[in-house]
Amino acid sequence: MTILVIAEHNNDALKTDTHKVVAAAAAIGGDIDVLVAGANCGAVAEQAAKLTGVSKVLVADNACYEHQLAENLGLLVADLGKGYSHILAAASTTGKNFLPRSAALLDVAQISDIIRVDSADTFARPFYAGNAIATVKSNDSIKVITVRTSAFDSVEETGSASVESIDNAQDAGISSYVRSELTVSERPELGSARVIISGGRGMQNGDNFKMLEEVADKLGAGVGASRAAVDAGFVPNDMQVGQTGKIVAPELYVAVGISGAIQHLAGMKDSKVIVAINKDPEAPIFQVADFGLEADLFEAIPELNSKL
Amino acid sequence: MKILVPIKRVVDYNVKVRVKSDNTDVDLSNLKMSINPFCEIAVEEAVRLKEAGVASEVIAVSIGEKACQEQIRTALALGADRGIQIETDAQPQPLAIAKMLAKVVDAEQPQIVLMGKQTIDGDNNQTGQMLAALTNMPQGTFASEVKVDGDKVEVTREVDGGLVTVALNLPAVITTDLRLNEPRYASLPNIMKAKRKPIAVQTPEELGVEISNSLDVLKVEEPAARSAGVMVESVDELIEKLRTTAKVI
Repeated sequence: MTILVIAEHNNDALKTDTHKVVAAAAAIGGDIDVLVAGANCGAVAEQAAKLTGVSKVLVADNACYEHQLAENLGLLVADLGKGYSHILAAASTTGKNFLPRSAALLDVAQISDIIRVDSADTFARPFYAGNAIATVKSNDSIKVITVRTSAFDSVEETGSASVESIDNAQDAGISSYVRSELTVSERPELGSARVIISGGRGMQNGDNFKMLEEVADKLGAGVGASRAAVDAGFVPNDMQVGQTGKIVAPELYVAVGISGAIQHLAGMKDSKVIVAINKDPEAPIFQVADFGLEADLFEAIPELNSKL
Repeated sequence: MKILVPIKRVVDYNVKVRVKSDNTDVDLSNLKMSINPFCEIAVEEAVRLKEAGVASEVIAVSIGEKACQEQIRTALALGADRGIQIETDAQPQPLAIAKMLAKVVDAEQPQIVLMGKQTIDGDNNQTGQMLAALTNMPQGTFASEVKVDGDKVEVTREVDGGLVTVALNLPAVITTDLRLNEPRYASLPNIMKAKRKPIAVQTPEELGVEISNSLDVLKVEEPAARSAGVMVESVDELIEKLRTTAKVI
């Protein structure tokens, strides 16, 4: 059995998502190869070669992979993947974008968002917004899988795999990159943050999120939001935690002014410790919170900030 | 241009589902069913493109038991022109669904296939991408903005770090994110009019697709329940608990 892991990166640096996908691959067992597809991504390949358990890093360095367009990456992975027993990628927006395309080209199913490896062909995944967990057995010759990274611990960086260039770049020529508008933040990324503090509709406006940011800075936390806060235009949508946003499992999740709708809980209920601050004692968030504080957030958050 | 909108009948998003006691599946008997929220956004976007003069015809297609005609009627009441139901009692997985939709694409030759990024029951987020692969169309997934410009479409996509815009050659597959638009409500006159719009019924056999699912669901379980927490009286007590009991700050 040989497993192909597709690296998650931005052409400069490897993302920690990849460390977690390699951990999932190690749980399946077998040799692990990592594919780094990008442009001028040599540094990423060197980082990937350090991941514990990786035997080989394949680098597809070509301008057509710079923006990881699904049409080009999907072809490459389908082509390369024919020689593997498993193909794994993070269940990030990149992985979710190209991997089903590769699976269809290989004429096999994809198993999305696995949270547990039972054996080489059996995996657990949540569905119905995390209200049920299915144990799924794949009968395909190649198992194509996206991994919920919050469910696996990162592997160490003690390895020294060989790095090999591959040169079978194909530009599908049916799509092109136009531009990107990325949110700039000095705080930790939500996916890897140890602590997350999130605001909901109760924050009332975007300016009030500054209160959360001050607390976040003291805790070294990431700042998230509920869909209500995003839809109301308080904060950009890449901060959204939930079934349709990011799925996180930090050590500490502080929900401020968030009622706790099913959609939101799907994104954070695997956090180790959940704190809810809400003035409505009936809010469903209190049913999953380890520590609940029934209080007006406009009093509690400044107080919390001053006392930390 | 024609726009094809695949839609799915799913359990209503407000319903908290329960797992059957024999752990074979979730229990959907007597639950409220609706059109998948992401599919509703796809219908709305297609209708808006028609209202803007970009599209000439909007076709809603759904795969499933007879009852999914209700959701096709909903799409028709929202402004779709006609419906196609592919009738089957089997529960096809995304690859089989994509294969059936690919046949419909062959027959109808739409310039755009607009569909939801995921259904809220399966949470797979695969079908649009698979359909795009099978038909060799480019894909604009997780779209929050769609602009048709001649023989191309510009799609702004929601990605982990923010937004990315791509240009796709037509025909293309676009999957919708929640922020693409705010779906309208169907008015009573439109609901009445929708009853007279045609729905063609086909079977997977007629399309030449055999539904063979390669994933077996061995077991369905409730997620581990969280143990009940405690209410604290003050911010001081909260900080104290986080420091000493939970040791997370």
